[in-house]
Amino acid sequence: MKNPHRIQRIAFFFLFLATLLIVVPVGLIVVVIIQKGLPAINWQFLSDVPRQGMRAGGIFPAIVGTLYLIAGALAFALPIGILAAIYLSEYAKGNFLTRIIKLAIVNLAGVPSVVYGLFGLALFVVFFKFGASILSGSLTLGIMILPIIITTSREALESVPQSFREASLSLGASKWQTVRHIVLPNAIPGILTGAILGLGRAAGETAPILFTVAAFYLPQLPKSIFDQAMALPYHLYVISTQVPNVDEKIRYGTALVLLVMVLFMNLVAIIIRYKFRKKKKW
Amino acid sequence: MRKIKEFFIEKLILICGLASIFFVILIFLFLLKEGLAVFKTVLPSNFLFGSKWYPISEPAQLGILPLILGSLLVTIGAAIISIPIGVACAIYIAEVAPAKFKEILKAGIELLAAIPSVVLGFIGMVTLVPWVKAIFKLPTGLTALSGSIMLAFMAMPTIVSIAEDALYSIPKTYKEGALALGATHWQAIWRVMLPAASSGILAAVMLGLGRVIGETMAVMMITGNSAVIPQSILQPVRTLTATIAAEMGEAVVGSEHYFALFTIGIVLFILSFAVNVTADLFLHKKE
Repeated sequence: MKNPHRIQRIAFFFLFLATLLIVVPVGLIVVVIIQKGLPAINWQFLSDVPRQGMRAGGIFPAIVGTLYLIAGALAFALPIGILAAIYLSEYAKGNFLTRIIKLAIVNLAGVPSVVYGLFGLALFVVFFKFGASILSGSLTLGIMILPIIITTSREALESVPQSFREASLSLGASKWQTVRHIVLPNAIPGILTGAILGLGRAAGETAPILFTVAAFYLPQLPKSIFDQAMALPYHLYVISTQVPNVDEKIRYGTALVLLVMVLFMNLVAIIIRYKFRKKKKW
Repeated sequence: MRKIKEFFIEKLILICGLASIFFVILIFLFLLKEGLAVFKTVLPSNFLFGSKWYPISEPAQLGILPLILGSLLVTIGAAIISIPIGVACAIYIAEVAPAKFKEILKAGIELLAAIPSVVLGFIGMVTLVPWVKAIFKLPTGLTALSGSIMLAFMAMPTIVSIAEDALYSIPKTYKEGALALGATHWQAIWRVMLPAASSGILAAVMLGLGRVIGETMAVMMITGNSAVIPQSILQPVRTLTATIAAEMGEAVVGSEHYFALFTIGIVLFILSFAVNVTADLFLHKKE
């Protein structure tokens, strides 16, 4: 007779092992990047332009480029995303159209990032003649992060209790007044979480900006939204695969800056979510 | 006056609500607009099943079979690694892990999802690729196997979090019923909970693999990018996504090569569309 309790112990051991197989490498990746990247980080690395064919100097233009891109992406995606979330949470009825919208959001989230790059190239760069520019890149990234913003904002709006709306409506406020003054303010932390998660995603993506904005090497800062720009993830790709004999320290340093940027945003989002949950009055 | 203002605001909200549908259609239309032009010169069957991808030779040979097989090989490899580990991890987090440990594990998985793919690609290049080269005594470690391992990692967060949700959403009475009948916790998981959560787990696997098929940067950096029909998992391959990313920079706008890369984009779009719609059907089975 097989002993079911022994089988359970063995099974749980393997489950634990599988979990370690995922979590340990993640920890190691982060530790290795910090350990090997930290010696490269100094003021010059963060504030100087790349020199000697990107084998020396800093990564300042790439950092600035990425900041411009994510700011542009958010400026485009946040208003549309919030309004779309308001529609789904407050106005949409449970009909076929709503089902299609939800399916479209799921699909938008699933489109491969390189296909966003193609789309941005065809629509913004070629069709609208924006050229490879911050504008084209920001719009492409903006459409890419739209599903994240819609989904998180909708969750935030839907978590506002129905009684809040009913109280407002019963006092004679109109539907929009209720949404604007009662529902939206209570959902701000959740919306903020979504916005920051979107920023983190936009900062880390490479494929959508490959053909829409990214410059291989551009030592000066962009002057307008119609200029090309360097970007951190693309810069990391370039110095790890396209330029031979780059000091490993510079590669790890660039990876560290990108990783810290992305993880910092995720951390902020998690903290906001956590505080919001604790503070909730309902 | 206020009525008019609200009327316009509500219309604006409706328009933004429809924006997602609009963008999905727009993406597809622009892919079609650029991608279908390739069929003026190449037969669709020759494009899909042609075994030679020489886009810049004269005349250009545009057969994407090696790229499809490259993507397929890497995806199957990633599936074999990520499905058992991912589902096991989901079970551990949902059922076995102590409550405090659970939150840490979930944060770890979220952390993995947040790491940009180019950073994972870079780490793969400097660690995984030399290991594969040394272990299998290969001339290069840039192989389909390296890509599969790295991609398995990238599929893991999706598989774990959706499968965990599926396990979590099973009514508690199922498990309690099994336990009351004298089943061990593991028997309840294996015989009752897993079958009950199967459609959600299937959706998790599909979405995870959908992410694998679409992944670009990491795969381009560590699979070696050789556009030939792969004979073994220890050879360099080139995927559909990597081909677009690597070649679009050099393709002249309006050339046959440029159109062909868009056609690959159509293939990827349709693949991801099919995966997402099917997974969505599984997830909403109950409704």
